[in-house]
Amino acid sequence: MTDLTVKISSLTLKNPIMPASGTFGSELAPLLDINRLGAIVPKSITLSERGGNQTPRVCETDGGMINSIGIQSKGIEHYIANILPSYQDFEPPLIASISGESIEEFENLAERLDREPSVAALELNISCPNLRDHGQAFGMSADTTYQLLGKVRAVTTKPLIAKLTPNVTRIQDIAEAAERGGADALTVANTFLAMAIDTESRKPRIGNVMGGLSGAAVKPLIVRFIYQVHQATNLPIIGSGGVMNGQDAIEMILAGASAVQVGTATFIQPNAMNTITDEITDYLVRHHISAVKDLIGQVNLD
Amino acid sequence: MKTFNAKIMTNQSVSTRYWQITLDVSAIDMPVQPGQFFHIQCGDAWKNPLRRPLSVYHYNRELRTLEFLYLVKGTGTQQLTLKKKGDMLNLIGPLGQGFTLPEQGALLLVARGVGVATLHALAREARSENKRVHVIISARTPEDLLTVETLTHIGATVHTVTDEEETSSVESVRSLSEKLIREEGISAIYTCGSRRLSKLVQELADEYQLKGELATEAHMACGIGDCYACACTIRKGNQLKTVRVCTDGPVFPISQAVLQ
Ligand SMILES: Cc1cc2nc3c(=O)[nH]c(=O)nc-3n(C[C@H](O)[C@H](O)[C@H](O)COP(=O)(O)OP(=O)(O)OC[C@H]3O[C@@H](n4cnc5c(N)ncnc54)[C@H](O)[C@@H]3O)c2cc1C
Ligand SMILES: Cc1cc2nc3c(=O)[nH]c(=O)nc-3n(C[C@H](O)[C@H](O)[C@H](O)COP(=O)(O)O)c2cc1C
Ligand code: FES
Repeated sequence: MTDLTVKISSLTLKNPIMPASGTFGSELAPLLDINRLGAIVPKSITLSERGGNQTPRVCETDGGMINSIGIQSKGIEHYIANILPSYQDFEPPLIASISGESIEEFENLAERLDREPSVAALELNISCPNLRDHGQAFGMSADTTYQLLGKVRAVTTKPLIAKLTPNVTRIQDIAEAAERGGADALTVANTFLAMAIDTESRKPRIGNVMGGLSGAAVKPLIVRFIYQVHQATNLPIIGSGGVMNGQDAIEMILAGASAVQVGTATFIQPNAMNTITDEITDYLVRHHISAVKDLIGQVNLD
Repeated sequence: MKTFNAKIMTNQSVSTRYWQITLDVSAIDMPVQPGQFFHIQCGDAWKNPLRRPLSVYHYNRELRTLEFLYLVKGTGTQQLTLKKKGDMLNLIGPLGQGFTLPEQGALLLVARGVGVATLHALAREARSENKRVHVIISARTPEDLLTVETLTHIGATVHTVTDEEETSSVESVRSLSEKLIREEGISAIYTCGSRRLSKLVQELADEYQLKGELATEAHMACGIGDCYACACTIRKGNQLKTVRVCTDGPVFPISQAVLQ
């Protein structure tokens, strides 16, 4: 038997595959076996209701897509009353992604969810390129990241996963700041700030002009970030960006990831996460490896 | 709703810009409503990672065939034209909320461009229940007028208007519609494919107290309600609400449409 379990801080996942926030919902239930996921990660939640951005909110690019969904959210009370219960019949632990417009909002959200037994961990979306002006995000500053983590750490005992932005000069600095601030794990990373123009109409192909790039095209960049962050911190890493198949997931694990998120691939094939999990098992069998955790960070540099 | 592969029976051009594809869906047993759509993988996942939504043009329950009529617009639909008889196509569906028929009375369908693909399925459904159907088809050129013969063949009365013949202005379509509403016992009005005509249909539904429905379009990623790419604004009572075209629509009561 192959052992697919991995640990993210105090959380044990039955396998390393989980959805990327914003690309998953209980609507997938007829098309995907949700109970086979390592964890459940619903769409980022904000404190109060938000409308999201102008349309078109998505466009296609070679090997990927740009999105500027923004955080379309009905607010934390609706989340607790409706979204959390909609997952209660599924087995995997639920990681709640939270997104504040200020450090105080992150604190309030964390405080509110700390009381919810169905929330196994918090992922702090300090990296959304679609919330503030011109793609600014908290996670672009090491100081802000440190402060934000510290404040949130003080109000909850749940494991804290900081989701980093790739739109920085040195991601190691942000990773270290998050670790010092009290993060238990890091998601590497959110989408890349990007833009596409329709040459016929000369108009931006996204209503909001800019958006976040995801999908297969970003994978080599994310693998590099995972490798750098793994060297800079001791925290478990959740890879996020461009995983399309089991081989991509293994690649991230070799670079230093303990778990892997899948987003855009689910739009292409709704059951992608199940297929990827099977492909990881196949890889382990083929290489006579008994436990996937033995592969974490095992890139061969000789 | 499910993800499935279907074998292509035919895929051919029906005019310069439009193609029609027929699939063998005998493996699946599912009700498909007019106005519902399928989310289709048109090409290679590197060049075209996103699926394309196409509404059902015709679902034949007996023969278990599914047809789409599509405009060749950009790279995705171009890729779709390259698929050959015998190839497999991957689809998710049926998706979304379809049209509802009136209890009694005749239907007036107002279609522009490829919007007629969506309304064609409705016309068939209504005809199968022996309801009278009038269809106004608007297009750029007489060449672009689609499915006139098929609709006539199933017993719908077709009225065509085109830009080239200068018969397609909103005013002309309004007077034609009003004449039909007065003389043909129209109880419900439906539209797809043009914002200007949607506005007209909204006004007509209101003025003549008709049941009215509109099929909308939006750029989509997931197609099943998870991502909010397809958000649009509707009016419910006095409130504006954001809804998802893929799951709350694509068909909405025309009174709820917010048309600038
Ligand atoms: C519910 C629904 C039903 C539809 N039914 C039909 C139909 O029966 N026949 C038909 O010809 N067309 C239909 N459309 C429109 C069709 O989806 C687009 O024309 C098609 O996606 C264009 O893809 P492309 O690659 O050729 O064009 P491109 O312009 O290259 O597409 C680029 C991206 O924009 C998206 N996009 C572009 N135009 C539209 C549009 N009008 N609506 C939604 N997404 C768009 C594409 O999906 C793709 O993600 C429908 C749209 C919706 C939402
Ligand atoms: C449509 C869409 C919506 C997203 N929404 C969120 C979000 O609400 N919160 C968040 O932290 N990340 C969000 N993301 C980023 C994803 O969680 C993920 O980090 C990114 O897409 C990279 O992974 P992928 O290449 O597998 O898609 C979104 C991505 C997409 C494509
Ligand atoms: S396309 Fe994803 S919610 Fe409609």
